[in-house]
Amino acid sequence: MQKKTAYSFPDEILEHVFSFIQSDKDRNAASVVCKSWYEIERWCRRKVFVGNCYAVSPTMVIRRFPDIRSIELKGKPHFADFNLVPDGWGGYVLPWISKMAGAYPWLEEIRLKRMVVTDESLELVAKSFTNLQVLVLFSCEGFSTDGLAAIAAGCKNLRELDLRDSEVDDLSGHWLNHFPDTYTSLVSLNISCLGSDDVSFSALERLVGRCPNLRRLLLNREVPLDKIANLLSRAPQLIEFGTGTYAAELRSDVYSNLVEAFCNCKELKSLSGFWDAVPAYLPVIYSVCSRLTSLNLSYAPIQNPDLTKLVSQCPSLQRMLVLDYIEDSGLEVLASSCKDLQELRVFPSDPFGEEPNVSLTEKGLVAVSSGCPKLQSVLYFCRQMSNAALVTIAQNCPNFTRFRLCLLDPKIADYRTLQPLDVGFGAIVEHCKDLRRLSLSGLLTDCVFEYIGMHAKKLEMLSVAFAGESDLALHHVLSGCESLRKLEIMNCPFGDKALLANAAKLETMRSLWMSSCSVSLGACKMLGQKMPRLNIEVMDEKGPPDSRAESDPVDKLYIYRSVAGPRFDMPPFVWTMDEDFASELS
Amino acid sequence: MEVGRKMANMLGTDHDLNFKETELCLGLPGGIAVVAAGNETESSSSPKTNGKRGFSETVDLKLNLQSKESTMDLNKNLDDNGSKEKSGSAKDPAKPPAKAQVVGWPPVRSYRKNIMANQKNSSEESGNSGAALVKVSMDGAPYLRKVDLKMYKSYQELSDALAKMFSSFTMGNYGPQGMIDFMNESKLMDLLNSSDYVPSYEDKDGDWMLVGDVPWQ
Repeated sequence: MQKKTAYSFPDEILEHVFSFIQSDKDRNAASVVCKSWYEIERWCRRKVFVGNCYAVSPTMVIRRFPDIRSIELKGKPHFADFNLVPDGWGGYVLPWISKMAGAYPWLEEIRLKRMVVTDESLELVAKSFTNLQVLVLFSCEGFSTDGLAAIAAGCKNLRELDLRDSEVDDLSGHWLNHFPDTYTSLVSLNISCLGSDDVSFSALERLVGRCPNLRRLLLNREVPLDKIANLLSRAPQLIEFGTGTYAAELRSDVYSNLVEAFCNCKELKSLSGFWDAVPAYLPVIYSVCSRLTSLNLSYAPIQNPDLTKLVSQCPSLQRMLVLDYIEDSGLEVLASSCKDLQELRVFPSDPFGEEPNVSLTEKGLVAVSSGCPKLQSVLYFCRQMSNAALVTIAQNCPNFTRFRLCLLDPKIADYRTLQPLDVGFGAIVEHCKDLRRLSLSGLLTDCVFEYIGMHAKKLEMLSVAFAGESDLALHHVLSGCESLRKLEIMNCPFGDKALLANAAKLETMRSLWMSSCSVSLGACKMLGQKMPRLNIEVMDEKGPPDSRAESDPVDKLYIYRSVAGPRFDMPPFVWTMDEDFASELS
Repeated sequence: MEVGRKMANMLGTDHDLNFKETELCLGLPGGIAVVAAGNETESSSSPKTNGKRGFSETVDLKLNLQSKESTMDLNKNLDDNGSKEKSGSAKDPAKPPAKAQVVGWPPVRSYRKNIMANQKNSSEESGNSGAALVKVSMDGAPYLRKVDLKMYKSYQELSDALAKMFSSFTMGNYGPQGMIDFMNESKLMDLLNSSDYVPSYEDKDGDWMLVGDVPWQ
C-alpha cells in the first residue's frame, strides 16, 4: 500500500476528479502540478486535439496518452482553402492511423480537418477501430467512395459520418449499400459535398428509414427535389436537414407533398442546401421557419423580394448564411426580425465581377449590428466600406468574437473620405475586447497594426492581405497580441526585421503563414538555425532556394512550432530551413 | 450603350500565360479580335478539369450572339480550382483599368465561385468547379454573366438560360422567343435577317460558326 501524506488522495479519486475536467487547457494545467498528477492525468485523458499534425508525432502522443478515445487532427494551413497551398504539400493522415491502429483499438471518434485521407487510410480505420462512432472529414481530400464503402461496411457502431466540404472522388453512389441491413445507429450524416449522379437514392432511403435516431441529414446536390418529401417522411425526427437541388418544375403534387413533409418535421431547427433554389418552392418550408435557428442559403441564387420574404419569417434565427443577393434592404429586414441573431455570413455571388451586381454595401452590416444585440460572429463580403460604418458597428457590437470583413477590392479606401480604413478596424479591436478572430481588408497602413497590437489582447487568429507599409506593422502584431496563435499574411510588404526581432514569439504560436511578402531566404535560414523548435518551411515552385541569393524574397513561408522536428514527407517544392540546411549551403 | 468591352484573360496559376485581350465593337461582328489560346485542352467538346488544383486553361471558343446592332461574346474558360481571371480594361477611357486577380483573393472557396453561373444541377465533381464555365458578354450590358455549359443538355436549354439572363438588358422586339427558334432553319433565316439575336461562336480555328451545327456533346 502506498504511503500517503495527509494531503494526497488515492489515485482513483484523483482520476474521478479529473474526469470532470474536459477542457484541454485545464487538463494541461493539472498535469503540470506534480509528477503523480501528470501520471494519473495522462492515463485518464480520453480526448486529444492536435491543431497542427506536424507539431507532434503520433508516437509521442501515444506514448504520453495511452488510452485515447477521441482525436482531432488538423493538417494544411487555412490558406489552403483559397488555393495558396499547392497539391502535395502534406497533411497525410495515414501515419497517424497506422500508429493509432495498434495503440487505440477502442478509438471512438476521429475528426480531421484539411488532411489528405486516402482510401487506404479509411480501410485501415474501418478494420482497426471497430468501436468507431464518429468520423468527421472536414475539408479533406484524397479519398473516394470506395473508402467510404469500407467505413460503411466495417464501422458497425458509427453514429456520425460527416464529409463536409471534402473533395471526394465519386466512383459510385453504391457505397451507401455497404451499410448492412442490420445497421441502424446513424445519427448524423453529411454527404453534401458528394457530386455523383449515381447517389443510389434507394440505398439512402432505406438507410434513413431504418435509423430512428437520425437527427442530422445533409444531402448532396444530386438529390432531386421531388424525392425530398419521401425522405423526410421517413425521418420526421430530424433536427437538421440539408436539401439537395432545390429546383424543379412547379407541380402541385410535389409542392403539397413537400409542404406536408416539412410540416411533420416538428423538431427541425436547421436548414441548408437549397442549391439552384427557385422561389416557387420556398413557401414549402414556411411551417418550419418560425422554429429555425440556423439557415444556410449561401448556395441559393434566390434574390429579393423572395429572399427577404423568407428571412422575415424566421424570427428565431441565430445563424444566417446567405449570398449578397440579400442586399442592404434584406439585411435591414433581418435586423428587425431576427433579434437572436448571433452569426451572419454574407458571401459574394459574383466575386470576380468588376461591377457590383447587387446593392450590398456597408449599410447592411451596420443595420444588422444595430438591430441584433447578440451578434458575435460576422463574415461579410462587400465592395465598399467606411471608417464611420466600422466605428458604428464596433460600438454596436462590443461582444464580437469573430469579425471578418472581405472587401472584394483588397486595397480599397474608405469610399467616403478616401482614407485608409485604419480607424475603423482600430475601433473594432478597441471596442470588442473579446475578439478572437479578425480578418482585415481594404486600404490599411501600419497604423491599424499599431491599434491591433495595443488592443487585441484576446486575438487568436489574424488574417491579413495587401495591408501595411513596413515591418513595423508586423512587429506591432507579434509584440502586442498576447493571445495570438495563428497569423496568416499574404501580399504585404513585411520583411525580415519584424520576424527576426520576434522570433521567440513564434514559439508561442501555432503557426505563421506568409506568402508574397518580403521575407528573405537569408532570414529564413537564420531563423532555422536559431530556433530548433520551429519548423521553417519555405515553399517555392520555381526551384530550390539554394539557387537563389540570400536576399531574395521567398515565395511562401510557413513557420510552426513542433516538438517532432522537421518533417520528411515534403514535396519537392518545400524546404525546411534547419541547421542542416543552413550549414550545407553556406 | 457602351462601346466596347474587353474580354477577360485567364492567368495561369503559376505560369505567365499571356492572352491577348479581345475587344467587342458595336455592329462589327467580324471585327472582334481573337483570344489567343493558352493551354491546349484535350478536346473542346468535352472539357475535363485536370485534378483539383491544376492550372487554368482557356479554350478558344467564343459564342457570339450576333445581331445587326450588337454582339454577344461567350468566352469559354475552363475553371478549376487554380483559376483566376483577369478582366481586361477596355480601351474606352471612361472605364477604369481593371485590377489583376490574385490567387487567394477574394478568399472564396472554389465551390462558391460558381454560384451565379450555376442554375441547374449538373456538377460532376464534389464541391469542385467541375463546371465548364463560359463568360457571356453582351455589348451594352453593365456586367458579364457566366454560364456553366455543363448545366445544359441541349442548345435549347442554353438559349433559354441566356435569354433569361439578358432579358433585362435588351430593348424592344427581342424576347425569349427570339432565342428559341434558332434550331429551326427557316426561322433561323428570319432571325438572321431580323434584328433579333442569333447565337454564334468563334471556335479554335477562328472561324465563326453557327450554334447548333455541332452536336451538343
